[in-house]
Amino acid sequence: MSEALAIDVSGLSKSFGGTKVVDGFDMQVPPGKIYGFLGPNGSGKTTTIRMMCGLLRPDEGGGTALGLDILRQSREIKARVGYMTQRFSLYGDLTVRENLTFMARLHALPKVRDVVEQALETYDLAPRAKQLAANLSGGWKQRLALAAASLHEPGLLLLDEPTAGVDPKARRDFWDRIRRLARQGVTVLVSTHYMDEAVQCDNITFIAYGRKLIDAPASEIPDRIGLKTIRIEGQGLQPVYDALEHAEGVDQIARFGAALHVSGRDESALDAAIACYRDQDGLTVTTAKTGLEEAFIWLMTGAEDNFR
Amino acid sequence: MKGLSRILAILGKEFIQMLRDRLTFGMMVGIPVMQLLLFGYAINTDPRHLPTLVEMGDNGPASRAILQAMETSDYFDLIGTVASGAAVENAMRDGEAVFIVTIPPGFERALARGERPQILLDVDATDPVAAGAGSSAFPTIVQQALAPLLGEMAPPVETIIHRRYNPAGRTALNIVPGLLGIILTMTMAMMTSMALTREAERGTLEALLSTPTRPHEVMIGKITPYVVAGFIQVAIMLAGARFLFSVPFLGSPPAFLIAVSLFILVNLALGFLFSTVARSQMQAMQLTFFAFLPSILLSGFMFPFAAMPHWAQMIGQAIPATHFIRAVRAIMLKGAGLDHVWPQIWPLMIIFAVIATVAMLRYRQTLD
Ligand SMILES: Nc1ncnc2c1ncn2[C@@H]1O[C@H](COP(=O)(O)OP(=O)(O)OP(=O)(O)O)[C@@H](O)[C@H]1O
Ligand SMILES: [Mg+2]
Repeated sequence: MSEALAIDVSGLSKSFGGTKVVDGFDMQVPPGKIYGFLGPNGSGKTTTIRMMCGLLRPDEGGGTALGLDILRQSREIKARVGYMTQRFSLYGDLTVRENLTFMARLHALPKVRDVVEQALETYDLAPRAKQLAANLSGGWKQRLALAAASLHEPGLLLLDEPTAGVDPKARRDFWDRIRRLARQGVTVLVSTHYMDEAVQCDNITFIAYGRKLIDAPASEIPDRIGLKTIRIEGQGLQPVYDALEHAEGVDQIARFGAALHVSGRDESALDAAIACYRDQDGLTVTTAKTGLEEAFIWLMTGAEDNFR
Repeated sequence: MKGLSRILAILGKEFIQMLRDRLTFGMMVGIPVMQLLLFGYAINTDPRHLPTLVEMGDNGPASRAILQAMETSDYFDLIGTVASGAAVENAMRDGEAVFIVTIPPGFERALARGERPQILLDVDATDPVAAGAGSSAFPTIVQQALAPLLGEMAPPVETIIHRRYNPAGRTALNIVPGLLGIILTMTMAMMTSMALTREAERGTLEALLSTPTRPHEVMIGKITPYVVAGFIQVAIMLAGARFLFSVPFLGSPPAFLIAVSLFILVNLALGFLFSTVARSQMQAMQLTFFAFLPSILLSGFMFPFAAMPHWAQMIGQAIPATHFIRAVRAIMLKGAGLDHVWPQIWPLMIIFAVIATVAMLRYRQTLD
């Protein structure tokens, strides 16, 4: 390893009221990369991110963020890491500019005014500088939150579901900005529930019930899981769905727009199960690439069986 | 029918929510119970058993009969004797006694000669309600005590009632310093607890704590504005007291400043403590209100402290406003200095230390 890792944590565990919410979590993120952090609701993403930026103290485990010890150097970490919270956490009763100024001053930045004006410019917030944050729409709020989290030019950005509830155009815009930051050398860890965002990441870490299930580049994940998928298109799919739902060889079946995606680990058994539909009129059966979404649904179902 | 079932659905939901919010529910049950107990048992609007000192210039059958009659009248509790002169002045300024009876030297002999001697009742009239009943009953009590000894002749003694500090018996004089304590309690504790809870409730605390800001910086930064607000309130009230109600300010300004600063600190600490308990601003407000009621009822603000039963006085001693109101009344109306109000200052310090310690312990727990 020539360059130091931006995030290097291992064995992180955290319990709340007796329930283990994060359990032996490891993660290594090289600098300048965008890492995706995925997992169902309540899987422990937010908790893990909070431990990595010094907001929560892990019960067990430890490691470094930007080379700083997450247990002992939380203040130094906070000065150099940008954290964008899942819930909007700026002041609704302050204006956009006042919010940025406040955050800049908490970071004790020199030349607060210049920093704020620069951020207003970079994030195209200048026209709304005088607007109360509470009155911003969802997309603008997220943009303000990103601006606030990157005021102090952090080397590492932890973004917790930054685009939840934001329209597609605003999401695309947001990702352009994230990529721009990454090109400038900022390491980004971003949690999301959107697959189209996940595929843009250099690597994906999937967590369920506080445990890491997979850690690989998006393109490798379907292969790693070893799931084969067949796509059935056509009219009258409901009876097909009903028949296949519990059929031998079918591990998972899901609607995909106007098509069905039928997946299974055993290719021959899967073929046998759908054989009768191959020649049926009005149905087209093709072999499809297993997508991320199917892979994750599969992982989640498996996780439920393993941990529940 | 559908309307009814919908109403029932809403009603049921409302009940569930009410019962789940344990704090609110506790208040709903706790406030009436507390009010009932306080008004029913603790508060005495017909004040009796007020502490009374005796300056014994003479000691004979007539004097003893008078003291005996005072005791049995229930208005006066004879708690001891006092030497003449400055001691009388001090006992009253320090709030040791509400009444001081002076039986002059040679009283018995003058009485026997029919010379119509004087008997003096000094009254701390800062609280006209507390002192009123006892003072007006005094001449009759004296006369009835002497009747068996001297028969039903013309009044054998002259009772002189000397109302100190508030000769006109104006209630404003008493209420204004008390109001200072009550308003500071209400606003300081409520504003700080709400301001601190607000950050957690709205989620803004997380962004705040994700910066290198230290916890004590958050505390100081958030609380200082309310200290300033507290002093502004005090200034407004003092000006109002002076110019609208002509309440005098006879005592030592430094002593006043010390008492006020300490009291503001106590209430900020209380607000801080509430913020570690409350999960929403609404709950913070309810908690302040819960603390506010005893401050009004048991602190001697609205009802005479000395007239409350012993147990209620014990509770009252734990209420910061009790000590503050006493100190401010003594400073403003009786011209007291720091040495006179020291008995009120040190309890405030102890209360502050206790509240602040508990709050700090709880605060550390909630950060994680
Ligand atoms: N402060 C806390 N006290 C008690 N339980 C908590 C606390 N914070 C989180 N939890 C619990 O820990 C679990 C993991 O929560 P966390 O917020 O980390 O999940 P998440 O992956 O971020 O979920 P989501 O996708 O919904 O944001 C949840 O079951 C949550 O209820
Ligand atoms: Mg989360």
